[in-house]
Amino acid sequence: MTVAIRVIPCLDVDAGRVVKGINFEGLRDAGDPVELAKRYNAAGADELTFLDVTASSGNRETTFDVVSQTAEEVFIPLTVGGGVRAASDVDRLLRAGADKASINTAAVARPEVINEITERFGSQVLVLSVDARRTTDPGCPSGFEVTTHGGRTGTGIDAVAWAKEAAERGVGEILLNSIDADGTKEGFDLDMIRAVRAAVKVPLIASGGAGKPEDFPPAIAAGADAVLAASIFHFGPVDMIARVKQAIKEAGFPVR
Amino acid sequence: MATPKKVTVLDYGSGNIRSAVRALEHVGADVTLSRRAEDVLDAEGLLVPGVGAFAAVMKALKDVGALQWIGRRVAGNRPVLGICVGHQVMFEEGVEHGIRTPGLGEWPGSVELLPAPIVPHMGWNTVEPPENTRLFKGIENERFYFVHSYAVQSWQFDVTQPRMQPPAVTWAEHGARFVAGVENGPLSAVQFHPEKSGDAGAQLLKNWLGTL
Repeated sequence: MTVAIRVIPCLDVDAGRVVKGINFEGLRDAGDPVELAKRYNAAGADELTFLDVTASSGNRETTFDVVSQTAEEVFIPLTVGGGVRAASDVDRLLRAGADKASINTAAVARPEVINEITERFGSQVLVLSVDARRTTDPGCPSGFEVTTHGGRTGTGIDAVAWAKEAAERGVGEILLNSIDADGTKEGFDLDMIRAVRAAVKVPLIASGGAGKPEDFPPAIAAGADAVLAASIFHFGPVDMIARVKQAIKEAGFPVR
Repeated sequence: MATPKKVTVLDYGSGNIRSAVRALEHVGADVTLSRRAEDVLDAEGLLVPGVGAFAAVMKALKDVGALQWIGRRVAGNRPVLGICVGHQVMFEEGVEHGIRTPGLGEWPGSVELLPAPIVPHMGWNTVEPPENTRLFKGIENERFYFVHSYAVQSWQFDVTQPRMQPPAVTWAEHGARFVAGVENGPLSAVQFHPEKSGDAGAQLLKNWLGTL
């Protein structure tokens, strides 16, 4: 009788194609986001996230096509991030078939946009994506700093305070990505998860650092309600989602 | 093959309405997305979606003139299925941020904030359907996708007259027990999103089509 821990694969999409490579056999087209979404759905994903990494806004139209084609065939929640700056962007994504939008840089630049989006579409529609790293900057008393541009640019904003403010402004979820752990495959930044968990009541999605199924239960014990990862699913065996869920279940947490 | 059931999805400007259309088409319904009175009243089944705030949904229903349509269908024994906020508005009132908004009042009860440590209640949860369920037949032990902060936490519609069929009430839990589904003659509603609940959700929609 408890809500299941969500396991969420994340796909980076550039001009309508999946990038960062996918290592599945038996796929007609491993660069086709729709085909991959179907594959992950069949493998037991609880939700899907597309991150639109398209550099030029002219190519962004293709993202809407990808979202709409995916929504035609996959009946689990779909979150789309990248390039969300205003309520009108969210409106377009929802119309294309997304269930939620995630916002990052634009909210850091202008926090009021969170209120504007959630007052119009409800809290459940907006995920705040926080790319955070460890810092000794006295301006960040939690020891974690918000970064932008994929972790390359520090903002001097305290990550825990920012998560708290965004939740108060109305975001329905927080996606917490550790820049330090990302790509290390050495496990999640548990201190960071605990710090944000203690500050907010909204669901928390942990990201960054997963290298094996056993890395996931500690993130959940630290307070994550959901876990998001990319490469472990893209490059792992086809049943990696099931293996991750098995590890979570064996640690005593509910899964679907 | 049987003739596809004609279903209207009520289009009153609520969020991602296309997903309900697609999911119903996926299970074989002949779907019309419409806010025209004849489409809403004549369809074999009416689906009332709903995303966002209770008050906003009630206002939108009023703006398209749909407030009476649901009651009219129910009075004529024409099936209706409410989803998420479309489930909540079937009750007497919604309370959000201390503001009370009257609902459609098909069922007694108040939609109030869930007393849970983590809100919104977001994700796949289990449900407890009763023995006489039709909607959850064959999927009693599946999980469904919920996204909401408010819910009906006490069911007050106890039928004592022996000739009346008691409503089938399905419960779920997040911080408190709450009403996750009601099947009451032609009027059914679920708090979760069957259109986003994968195969289990598809089966629920199929079960509903089977009652039309």
